[in-house]
Amino acid sequence: MSPTLTPVLTDNWDADRSWTLASYESRGGYRALRKALGMAPDAVVEEVKESGLRGRGGAGFPTGMKWSFIPQDNPNPKYLVVNADESEPGTCKDVPLMMASPHTLLEGVIISAYAIRAHTAFIYVRGEVLHVVRRLQRAVQEAYRAGHLGTDIHGSGHDLDVIVHAGAGAYICGEETALLDSLEGRRGQPRLRPPFPAVAGLYASPTVINNVESIASVPSIIEHGHGWFSSMGTEKSKGYGIFSLSGHVVRPGQYEAPLGITLRELIDLAGGVREGHELKFWTPGGSSTPLLTAEHLDVPLDFEGVGEAGSMLGTRALQIFDDTTCVVRAVLRWTEFYKHESCGKCTPCREGTWWLVQTLAALEKGQGSEADLELLLDQCDNILGRSFCALADGAVSPITSSIQFFRDEYLAHLTHGGCPFDPAAATAFATQRRAAGATA
Amino acid sequence: MSAAELERNGETTVLDEATYAELREIAGRYPQPRSGLLPMLHLVQSAQGRITPEGIEACARILDLSAAEVSGVATFYTMYKRRPVGDYHVGVCTNTLCAVMGGDAILDRLKEHLGVGNDETAEPREGDARTVSLEHVECNAACDYAPVMMVNWEFMDNMTPESAVQLVDDLRAGREVHSTRGPRLCTWREAERVLAGFPDELADEGPAAGPASLVGLQIARERGWTAPSEEQTPDEAPAAEEAGSGAKGAPEAEHTEDEREAEDMPADKRHVDSPDAEEDAQ
Repeated sequence: MSPTLTPVLTDNWDADRSWTLASYESRGGYRALRKALGMAPDAVVEEVKESGLRGRGGAGFPTGMKWSFIPQDNPNPKYLVVNADESEPGTCKDVPLMMASPHTLLEGVIISAYAIRAHTAFIYVRGEVLHVVRRLQRAVQEAYRAGHLGTDIHGSGHDLDVIVHAGAGAYICGEETALLDSLEGRRGQPRLRPPFPAVAGLYASPTVINNVESIASVPSIIEHGHGWFSSMGTEKSKGYGIFSLSGHVVRPGQYEAPLGITLRELIDLAGGVREGHELKFWTPGGSSTPLLTAEHLDVPLDFEGVGEAGSMLGTRALQIFDDTTCVVRAVLRWTEFYKHESCGKCTPCREGTWWLVQTLAALEKGQGSEADLELLLDQCDNILGRSFCALADGAVSPITSSIQFFRDEYLAHLTHGGCPFDPAAATAFATQRRAAGATA
Repeated sequence: MSAAELERNGETTVLDEATYAELREIAGRYPQPRSGLLPMLHLVQSAQGRITPEGIEACARILDLSAAEVSGVATFYTMYKRRPVGDYHVGVCTNTLCAVMGGDAILDRLKEHLGVGNDETAEPREGDARTVSLEHVECNAACDYAPVMMVNWEFMDNMTPESAVQLVDDLRAGREVHSTRGPRLCTWREAERVLAGFPDELADEGPAAGPASLVGLQIARERGWTAPSEEQTPDEAPAAEEAGSGAKGAPEAEHTEDEREAEDMPADKRHVDSPDAEEDAQ
């Protein structure tokens, strides 16, 4: 039987001072870099292509193919940009990775930059994670000192500079073209495509933008080979990934497993849903992926399986909510988030998310009528697919899916004259309180 | 703002030459200087306690932009503050998961305890050594530690209303407080300097990972689960025709499969952390 969990990226997180170069190298770190530098850049691209690695930031686009879109005959410099702006609600995998093992990412950056022939790479990390910024800065310093960065890296003739760039608080900058605008010192607003970043990205030059986990997976693929990587996972969703469980489970946390594991298996490993409660709804990959319910516990968590279930694998951000949670409250809060984070560029998103909040907030207070559910769905219909980027599409996901699965709960707010749930019962400290009360 | 208030906030009305030099240094790190604007604004906050008109002018001059252009950027991002924050800027995550897990209750308790609304600085009390400000924040990528708070953008995990009150009282009293997954807390202005790209010496403090980050790894260790070894996987054949014949036996070479995959993807991909699906249309 193949193992349920397959620690690769997380494998050194329990090592002593795992964030240091010494610790990383003592476990074989930077071996893949030396191997890659002995290969032709195109062979590195081919290896990643053959592995079947698909983007770990949510969309699942084949990483190696993205690299191969870089027009090498373009006279402009090529750039590699790492999207470390982890902000999708529920997503919490890249931050612990960069905290515990920034060199895994950095080794991936150096190999990837070599493959696409970039001499400058950026790690765009959200500004709100200070200690992660520190660990990245330190890792880059150490890598320069060790000759992994700089000019003529290990005699390969390849030069690379890496710049750690802290953002300043904007969810939209996780969208790759908004990230590029932000990295150019502008407001983070998405660009119209085409041209795609591979052709005209940073400074209108060919640019590859990859998620942290995608790039961090590259050293293992180079070291062990594409066959090793693709022996894990499912037919079209190869390899391993970090699954982040949060919310109403006994042991929330990071679980690294082959793609295709089910939520039932993961919840089992996590000790189950909180005692005395049942799973009510969950997100497979952050709040922008439509909600699923207990009937989806056996859906294979790969790109195809979750897609067939009507949602998206996204960032494998599994937010688990039990029966104490009011779905209307949950959805309203996400909607307020999207309204706040809309960059304002496109009218359907800027105005539409505002109207969604108005309608939902009234419903949550028990005001309005059943017809408002149709109004909400109509608003969603006028937002979905009508903006430059996918923020607005994400904003309607929780609304349409929650109405699909929990229409009665919306109506209960109307008949009850407000929310029928006790928010205190859903908190992490509710059980501690009850226990304390019982012994008092 | 009066001179006395400025003084109290530790604000200098004049950006000194050293800061100017550092602003220019940041711009010089990038292939195009304007890319330095975000870190430059972080440095302005470190030097002056907020985004000041003077700081905006300085960035504009160095980057050959108008003050309006710099202002337009500064007002877009939530981490830039036009009013001073406390020595410790306290964030409570109230995005859905943390809110449900107790973030709403924590924020309510702190508002009441500190007597402030959102994004406001609490009045210093007699004997307070330090000031605190309070803000609700969006998902900070620590959901497995919910409910989460941030102090000067350091993690404070698994909070309760009681531990939150204790935290802000400790901060105001000037007691030493450590992040649950990081170092001893520095001041907001010190933090902003690191974000501007001037490292402090605290990278080695704190653990590699918190307990929740390690739960899966620990289970794997207990049960002897590992990723397969290379020997367990098919031979890595240099010949292209062997490529893609993984254990599950994809019938065709994978790059062909990948290309079809790309064509199959819907154009209206949802927003995800790194929505790189837009390349589908290529």
